[in-house]
Amino acid sequence: MDMKVAKKKLGLKEKYKLMTRDLGWDTTYQTKEDVFPYVGYEGIKIHDWEKWEDPFRLTMDAYWKYQAEKERKFYAIIDAHAQNNGHLNLTDARYLSALKIFLQAISPGEYAAHKGFARVGREFPGVGTQVACQMQAIDEIRHAQTQIHAMSNYNRYYNGFHAFADTRDRIWYTSVARSFFDDAMSAGPFEFMIAIGFSFEYVLTNLLFVPFMSGAAYNGDMATVTFGFSAQSDEARHMTLGLECIKFMLEQDPDNLPIVQNWIDKWFWRGFRVLGLVSTMMDYMLPKRVMSWREAWDIYGVENGGALFKDLARYGIKPPKGWDDAEKAIDHMSHQFMLGLYQWSFGTAFHSWIPSEDDMNWLSAKYPDTFDKYYRPRWKHIKKLADAGTPFKNYGLAKLCQCCQLPTVFTEPDDPTLTCHRESVYNGQKYHFCSDGCKNVFDNEPEKYVQAWLPMPQLFQEPINGDLGAWMEWVSLRDGKDNGDYAGSEDQQNFEAWRGLATTNQ
Amino acid sequence: MQIDLRTVAIQPQRQAFDHLVRRFGDKPASRYQEGSYDIQAAENLHYKPTWAPEKELYDASLTRIVMQDWYALKDPRQFYYSTYTLTRARQQETAEANFAFVESRGLADMLPDELRDVALKVLVPLRHAAWGANQHNTFICGYGYGTTFTQPCMYHAMDNLGIAQYLSRLGLLLGDTDALEAGKQAWLDDAAWQPLRRYVEDCLVLRDPFELFVAQNVALDGLLYPLVYERIVDEHLSVRGASAVAMLTQFMSDWFDETRKWVDAVLKVAAAESEHNRDVLQDWTRSWSARAASAMVPIVELALGAEADEAVGQQLAALTARIQKTGIPL
Repeated sequence: MDMKVAKKKLGLKEKYKLMTRDLGWDTTYQTKEDVFPYVGYEGIKIHDWEKWEDPFRLTMDAYWKYQAEKERKFYAIIDAHAQNNGHLNLTDARYLSALKIFLQAISPGEYAAHKGFARVGREFPGVGTQVACQMQAIDEIRHAQTQIHAMSNYNRYYNGFHAFADTRDRIWYTSVARSFFDDAMSAGPFEFMIAIGFSFEYVLTNLLFVPFMSGAAYNGDMATVTFGFSAQSDEARHMTLGLECIKFMLEQDPDNLPIVQNWIDKWFWRGFRVLGLVSTMMDYMLPKRVMSWREAWDIYGVENGGALFKDLARYGIKPPKGWDDAEKAIDHMSHQFMLGLYQWSFGTAFHSWIPSEDDMNWLSAKYPDTFDKYYRPRWKHIKKLADAGTPFKNYGLAKLCQCCQLPTVFTEPDDPTLTCHRESVYNGQKYHFCSDGCKNVFDNEPEKYVQAWLPMPQLFQEPINGDLGAWMEWVSLRDGKDNGDYAGSEDQQNFEAWRGLATTNQ
Repeated sequence: MQIDLRTVAIQPQRQAFDHLVRRFGDKPASRYQEGSYDIQAAENLHYKPTWAPEKELYDASLTRIVMQDWYALKDPRQFYYSTYTLTRARQQETAEANFAFVESRGLADMLPDELRDVALKVLVPLRHAAWGANQHNTFICGYGYGTTFTQPCMYHAMDNLGIAQYLSRLGLLLGDTDALEAGKQAWLDDAAWQPLRRYVEDCLVLRDPFELFVAQNVALDGLLYPLVYERIVDEHLSVRGASAVAMLTQFMSDWFDETRKWVDAVLKVAAAESEHNRDVLQDWTRSWSARAASAMVPIVELALGAEADEAVGQQLAALTARIQKTGIPL
């Protein structure tokens, strides 16, 4: 019999190293430049990929095991939800507008992140970095799919969900999120990591997910709460990856600092604009509200974000350039945006409505300095028109910002009575922006942003040629069903009738 | 006696999402369909990639294969994230039990030295080849077109990583960290491994996602898995008393049996699409499987010695027959 030799004891870290980065090697039949052709052109200098600290240590066997456990629970709950008409437990079907926006604009973003992380999971030359990105790539397709599956049952009963694959590519407001993700994916691998891994996942994700999932819980939407909870431990991994990535870049070479700072400035502002949709959801669309957008910003933006940038200060990172403008916009943006959505509601595959007296009292309590002064009078006027049978519809087209693609409905940071408008001229053409933040992004890279697909000019081109009916058909919007005011909508009538069936003996 | 519970009956307004009704008719859609079809952005892409300004963000022309509808390349296993993870979770339980069995019974120590040596020499360097496979499938997922084609490639990439990790554990169990070091040294320097390493590295600079699919998943895996896990592990090592090795590699055998069905289905649909596709696939399958076969010879020799040529020849014939069945004339 052989002599047994005691095996070397391996620590967790060593063992994980053998299971990941030890698998790679320096190629000799092909050059590094040819194997990783996209890693150099952004100017980020990495001297030693070995210095990458794995943000989490998960081997595939453990990944399969944990994730399968979560999947089992998730599908058991949404199956039960569908079977038992869980949608009738909603506080009110108005709530569904938030979900419709989510499915049309955010779930496609999860898919884009999946593709983007697969790309950087191949393009980064360090195995540790690659493995972490690949895990995020597979997680992100999970999120896209669980969201579609969770909302699939709502689609069977309510309008506005049915054409999400068409609205994703064609309707005007989804291009806000689409252009954000397209922007990140068309950037190089390092900028992609700052855009999605850091800005979106780390700085902004709490502002999106926490209010959204709490809103779902508050409003009886078990399906959405479940995907939110189920995604949470994935998100925790994604956040640590985003943070590790930025620290790694900053530690590798001091020359990286200005590049990274520039990206942080850009992606903070891009993300902040996308979140405009969330502000409206929180302040207006939830029948039972969790907290105001202002309160969420104070917790997740000011407190958490502030702590983060304090932590990054030792690398020389400053808070994002648009931070002060963002702070000044907080008490205005949800109102400005909802007023916009209401007047253009003929062109949205979700409903909007005039806030009730109760809603307005809540808003003035949450926004004591702005709501009664600037926004209540406008809603009152709109209400008067609606009561008189001449509801306010703006069939003029919104002017969209060339960068964030939102209508230019926002006001000057220091004057809430004056619409903010900026312009740049590039190659003899004039381009319009909603803010200094968006103009700055454009001016740094005009050759990119002049390419943006703008949904409004599309209206006057083939195949629509300015015909609103043709446009609705092209974006799969069914007039009188998907769009318009919630009051009197099919969704409202059905929900009330069905709930009556479920809760009374009529 | 059956009792029907009474529930409130509400008439649904529609059965499925519009894009699925257009594809499959007005009926409820499966979760595979919901999670796979048309979920990649298709129109009005905003910006050209800065890393390849002449291309689109999602660009079907990155490959020479041409499909009218890339979603025709569906996965017969109908894997979406959930079914995929549930399947692999069950398999990893078996793998875990196998590793535990071998360890607790001291089966590794009972292996005859000479067989253990062969197992380590052949299997451990393959963890690097599996990492190469991970790179290629990650690439195909990232740059390929259409979710039904690309999503299984992401799952495949993670499987490749899992296999590299199982091979690493096998190395640690039958040898020690020294075995992993020796394996890496062999991968980098030993003559027997250089043709395969060169094959993998040449694939690392291929940027046609479908050609990469052929080079890795059809040609190389189509030879490597049967040769290593059937011919060497099952037929050579097990017969001589090293069935513990077969227990430690059961995951790989099962995995190959399952995944080749998907690989064949992809080839079949792509080949049936057009004369042009058949020509391209014929060209690729021919040249890559010839190269893969010659790269495998010196590796199979490590176990089978003089019989290696014949074993590889037989397997190449079997692979050729398999490819012909998909409608590609060889």
